[in-house]
Amino acid sequence: MTPLYNQLPQQSVSGWGQYPKMESVQIAVHSKRKIRELFSETKRNGLDQYGLITRGLGRSYGDSALAEQILHTEHLNHFMQFDADSGDLTCAAGVTLADILDIFVPRGWFLPVTPGTKFVTVGGAIASDVHGKNHHLHGCFSEHVSSLKLVVASGEVMSCSPQENAPLFHATCGGMGLTGVIVEATLRLIPIASALIAESSYKTANLEETLTLFEEHDNATYSVAWIDCLATGKKLGRSLLMLGEHESREEAVKEEQSQESALQAHKNGKMNVPINMPSMLLNRYSIQAFNTLYYHKQTRTHQTRSVHYDPYFYPLDGLHNWNRLYGKNGFVQYQFVIPKSAGLVGMSRILEAITRSKRGSFLAVLKAFGPQNQNYLSFPVEGYTLALDFKISPGLFEFLDELDRIVLDCGGRLYLTKDARMSEATFKQSYPQWEVFQEVRSQYGADRLFRSRQSQRLGL
Amino acid sequence: MQKILIIGATSSIAEATLRLYAHQGAELYLLGRDEEKLETLANDAKIRGAAEAHWAKLDVNDIDQHASVLQTAFSSVGTFDVVLIAHGTLPDQQACQESIHTTLRELNTNAISTVSLLTWLANQMEIQGYGTLAVITSVAGDRGRQSNYVYGAAKGMVSIFLQGLRNRLASKDIQVLDIKPGFVDTPMTAGFKKGPLWAKPQTIAQSIVKAIDKQRDTLYTPFFWRWIMLIIRNIPEFIFKKMKL
Ligand SMILES: Cc1cc2nc3c(=O)[nH]c(=O)nc-3n(C[C@H](O)[C@H](O)[C@H](O)COP(=O)(O)OP(=O)(O)OC[C@H]3O[C@@H](n4cnc5c(N)ncnc54)[C@H](O)[C@@H]3O)c2cc1C
Ligand SMILES: NC(=O)c1ccc[n+]([C@@H]2O[C@H](COP(=O)([O-])OP(=O)(O)OC[C@H]3O[C@@H](n4cnc5c(N)ncnc54)[C@H](OP(=O)(O)O)[C@@H]3O)[C@@H](O)[C@H]2O)c1
Repeated sequence: MTPLYNQLPQQSVSGWGQYPKMESVQIAVHSKRKIRELFSETKRNGLDQYGLITRGLGRSYGDSALAEQILHTEHLNHFMQFDADSGDLTCAAGVTLADILDIFVPRGWFLPVTPGTKFVTVGGAIASDVHGKNHHLHGCFSEHVSSLKLVVASGEVMSCSPQENAPLFHATCGGMGLTGVIVEATLRLIPIASALIAESSYKTANLEETLTLFEEHDNATYSVAWIDCLATGKKLGRSLLMLGEHESREEAVKEEQSQESALQAHKNGKMNVPINMPSMLLNRYSIQAFNTLYYHKQTRTHQTRSVHYDPYFYPLDGLHNWNRLYGKNGFVQYQFVIPKSAGLVGMSRILEAITRSKRGSFLAVLKAFGPQNQNYLSFPVEGYTLALDFKISPGLFEFLDELDRIVLDCGGRLYLTKDARMSEATFKQSYPQWEVFQEVRSQYGADRLFRSRQSQRLGL
Repeated sequence: MQKILIIGATSSIAEATLRLYAHQGAELYLLGRDEEKLETLANDAKIRGAAEAHWAKLDVNDIDQHASVLQTAFSSVGTFDVVLIAHGTLPDQQACQESIHTTLRELNTNAISTVSLLTWLANQMEIQGYGTLAVITSVAGDRGRQSNYVYGAAKGMVSIFLQGLRNRLASKDIQVLDIKPGFVDTPMTAGFKKGPLWAKPQTIAQSIVKAIDKQRDTLYTPFFWRWIMLIIRNIPEFIFKKMKL
């Protein structure tokens, strides 16, 4: 095996936002044994002076999965065990959510929690402890993981769960790959009778109405709102709030007119953005037009429809490499959460700052989070989260520093898997358990081997 | 339900192919030398929908074992609709130039072992009276080049052998498919810098299943290699010999 830093060619790599980019060597591992060999080779050759980090499908936006040495999990993609009574699925960490849906939807199973793209790995979903539109009821991804296997710096394979090696489990879930390589996990799928979602959407006039509707519908399985973040004054925070429920078999059969098609998995999208677009394409005017059109696409204040899970959960997956629309300089996604207590006032302050700046966002997604879990670095806390995209442009980072101050002021924090630029001080102030996290890391020697560009920036 | 036998089943291209058959509900029989990996693949295939997935150990350089291992496979499953041979190694050309032992070992793995397997399999398929023999060779077998002519010679030998076999079995309704991939991103090529000509094993696998369904003779995959190799084969030797290839 020759996975040595100086023997492999370097390639330019970036996260989904195409910012920042760096030169890295990339190694795809095939087995636990290969990972163990790689670690000892790395240490023996003094290559641990360079950062080493695991990478799944690279759907994190910033520099979480970037380092001089990148270990890919694409070949760790096997299903290991499935219990058709409980829905417990054991699989290797490089298995993608798309793959799980492909195989299990036709048999009547669905993911317990899913992010807004199905092109992520199980390992990536655990390491970022991702959330979906059902966070207020069902929490993060890791809350449905009963156990996982982690290759730690010594090469040893550790089993972790909330009962076994609990500190390591709570550091690894949400731990951004900084404790070791997740190689295997057992998660519990949920039964569904149909691949369709009954969607019900509300058009709101302003932020207050939006937040009130979230409260009123806190028993809906899925909920999310799209905010027109260019609307100002009395219209500030006007939104489309979308709720969803898995349909029953009867509803689905009625609509699809056949039993078989009720549980059809997604088809593979064919559209692709082949090259980086001129970033001029997304300017203040086109974004304004898009926002206005999107808001007015629904004319009534309340409407319902039945949609397949694919467009419902993954509206952007149909257009491959859509991130290239932002041009070669890339973009950042800014996702923050503020506690419920800061609610309306806090969110209004931030939205006002964004509208004032005229740095529009293509997508601004608002969601109410349920209670926080026990993991040291998981992002969600009970409150409201907003995610926006910003094209890289002069003055952007100064503006985002300004937003950081308001977010911190509200007692909030930023999502690590989206972050490419926050300061060490901002991070340490808003993730108070970072020291516990570091203790667990050093106990397993992880701090000396696993480092991403992000962890170095954040002083981890 | 199709029954599929795969030799060198742990290869990335073979694995991507067996997944497509598993998804279709086929019964699989996997042969290879890495038992841990074979067990992983068989489990995975069953969860993906394979009716059954058997496996057994075979180091293809252990030629004395070929007949008995293959016999066991046929005895336990009965007949096979498709047999795919996928194993291979990419020799270090420089090392081969320095040692005839290395060269012979590489020729054994990439050519002689396959000839031995095919000899037994061809007779068996002839008795069975239907089915497909599919073998992964390479575009490298189309013309010798200084950078990898040991590998090229081995693959070229298998291609010619297959041509003859096809001629022999055509009247018996047995398909003999020669699969010639170009650059594929697999462990075999881990050390290479990848560019636009590189394909994923999944793409190769899809084209293999399609070529078997369509009863094709030779498959260049991805398709554009047919045209690239047409050009390469037609460059006059007096020019070719001076090129750095
Ligand atoms: C269009 C889009 C929509 C999204 N929507 C949501 C959403 O709704 N909710 C949400 O929570 N997130 C969302 N995300 C973010 C995404 O879910 C996370 O970034 C996820 O972690 C990406 O998984 P990946 O496999 O691509 O991991 P990568 O991006 O490759 O890696 C992400 C992190 O996980 C670590 N990691 C990956 N694999 C392993 C492993 N095997 N062992 C240890 N560490 C590992 C990496 O080191 C890195 O720190 C979205 C992203 C996109 C592009
Ligand atoms: N990758 C390319 O660019 C490319 C291009 C053209 C043709 N090909 C051909 O495609 C085929 C598949 O290769 P791949 O690209 O998928 O690479 P791969 O994943 O490295 O597969 C090669 C396989 O051959 C197996 N093998 C080697 N020696 C063996 C032996 N003595 N006994 C049993 N099995 C043995 C290996 O088994 P272990 O897992 O135990 O090591 C491995 O699974 C090969 O014939 C190759 O020559 C590849």
